Amino acid sequence: MNENAENIIEVKDLVKKFGNFVANDHLTFEVKKGEIFGFLGANGAGKTTAIKILSGLSYPTSGDVNIAGYDVYKEREKVKKNIGYMSQRFSLYEDLTVRENIRFYGGIYGLSNKYIKEKTESLLDRLKMREIQNLLISSLPLGWKQKIAFSVAIFHDPKIVFLDEPTGGVDPITRRDFWEMIYEASHEGITVFVTTHYMDEAEYCDRVSIMDRGKIEGLDTPGALKDQFKAQNMDEVFLKIAR
Amino acid sequence: MGNTLENMVEVKGLKKSYEQIEAVKGVSFSVSKGELFGLIGPDGAGKTSIFRILTTLMFPTEGIVRMMDLNVIKDYKTIRNHLGYMPQRFSLYQDLSVEENLEFFARIFGTTIDENYDLIKDIYAQIEPFKTRKARKLSGGMKQKLALSCALIHSPEILILDEPTTGVDAVSRKEFWEMLIRLKEKGITILVSTPYMDEANLCDRVALIQNGKIMSIDTPEKIIGNFGRKLWAVKSDNVYQLIQDLRSVNTIDSVFPFGEYLHITVKSDDDNLTDLITILRGNGHSGIEIQEIEANIEDCFMELMQ
Repeated sequence: MNENAENIIEVKDLVKKFGNFVANDHLTFEVKKGEIFGFLGANGAGKTTAIKILSGLSYPTSGDVNIAGYDVYKEREKVKKNIGYMSQRFSLYEDLTVRENIRFYGGIYGLSNKYIKEKTESLLDRLKMREIQNLLISSLPLGWKQKIAFSVAIFHDPKIVFLDEPTGGVDPITRRDFWEMIYEASHEGITVFVTTHYMDEAEYCDRVSIMDRGKIEGLDTPGALKDQFKAQNMDEVFLKIAR
Repeated sequence: MGNTLENMVEVKGLKKSYEQIEAVKGVSFSVSKGELFGLIGPDGAGKTSIFRILTTLMFPTEGIVRMMDLNVIKDYKTIRNHLGYMPQRFSLYQDLSVEENLEFFARIFGTTIDENYDLIKDIYAQIEPFKTRKARKLSGGMKQKLALSCALIHSPEILILDEPTTGVDAVSRKEFWEMLIRLKEKGITILVSTPYMDEANLCDRVALIQNGKIMSIDTPEKIIGNFGRKLWAVKSDNVYQLIQDLRSVNTIDSVFPFGEYLHITVKSDDDNLTDLITILRGNGHSGIEIQEIEANIEDCFMELMQ
């Protein structure tokens, strides 16, 4: 990641309330172009609420949020066009083939047929999935589905991709293969915003934010966080903050 | 019953097929009384199939399964009275309250909350302040505690937990394992499955399972002891580049990221990587560290997979 890169996410004093409950309590942070940003926190700390706002699915109660140069209050559709999203229960269609899923998502983002076709060919080669392009998603192993889901999420060349617990349930080798795809995307300039419960994965991020009860309680590189909390690893940092 | 039995669970040559798919491909293991036994492996390894057979909810295709020396096919009614089971999607009644759920499970097994309150006290006390709340309105962590209380309310001899910590944050996971270890101290035999490799260290013995087969079964210490080759941790200031560069060194066998370090194995264990630092410097790396380390369970799992 380039230290002098531009900010691609800018959040200032973000507050989100549900009635009296403050789910996000004055969040302030920036994420740079091409950065891998780990967004951690206990269950219920307010991560999902924040991600929904950052991806243009929900309005903040107050505060400034700028995503890829667009304001989340006024330019929600532009925000959505410039981001990709993959959740743990990824949204591939089980009864469509690999190729049909790719085409479907390309169509949703309004890409031309010609472009979709060309890009599908190069994607199938990159994933080494040419042989299985006409198989139904439901017949594939979980690890392959995750790789396809990630590729589909960045198919329209978004500036940012949000990954919500992308690696749950797969074997340790597949989990690492997946992280290499993340590194590659970051290398190509896509900003990666990722949540995970695997603390070793927090170490793979350029910077990590740790939320507890609606607030960001730690935000720095993994190395600096370990120094700050006098911890051996990110697991200890997390336990010190969230316990 | 069963107090003098050595093996509370005995599985021999277990196979399970669903039409063409063979989910469990000949698995054997036993669990002795009071043991905390872990089935460690990813989704699709066969963990849930094995547990559903052990809990008498499903027939094996082949093989012998005995629980407390009883046959899972013939003696399923007796077995169920002495078994606590927490499925992956907790089987709570969403429109019953916390207390009603617990009462329901107690009554099914012909007991009362009061009778076995001691056993669940530590766990249930944490959700008791919300006992009138409907199960569907509980947070994930609270549902988990209620489901565990329900699985324990008839004071079972064996407790079977299918991925109780999947998708749960690191703090709640730690608390859940502390609860399990306290239950084990009360003499309950516990079988637990998990995809988190680091949880293996909290078990007395573990089976590492992948694609329906057990790859290794032993204490975590012995599995680590059997890794059988040298393992090195390497880091530099540019991890992405370091992965590529190490893979192009032809004396290196495997390269995997592990937190802030990469773990590498070398084709010959006589190779002490004396040249590596020079090679990496030549590739423009800075902040290079290389040290020999002991394997962890995840290293072992990955080595066994290959």
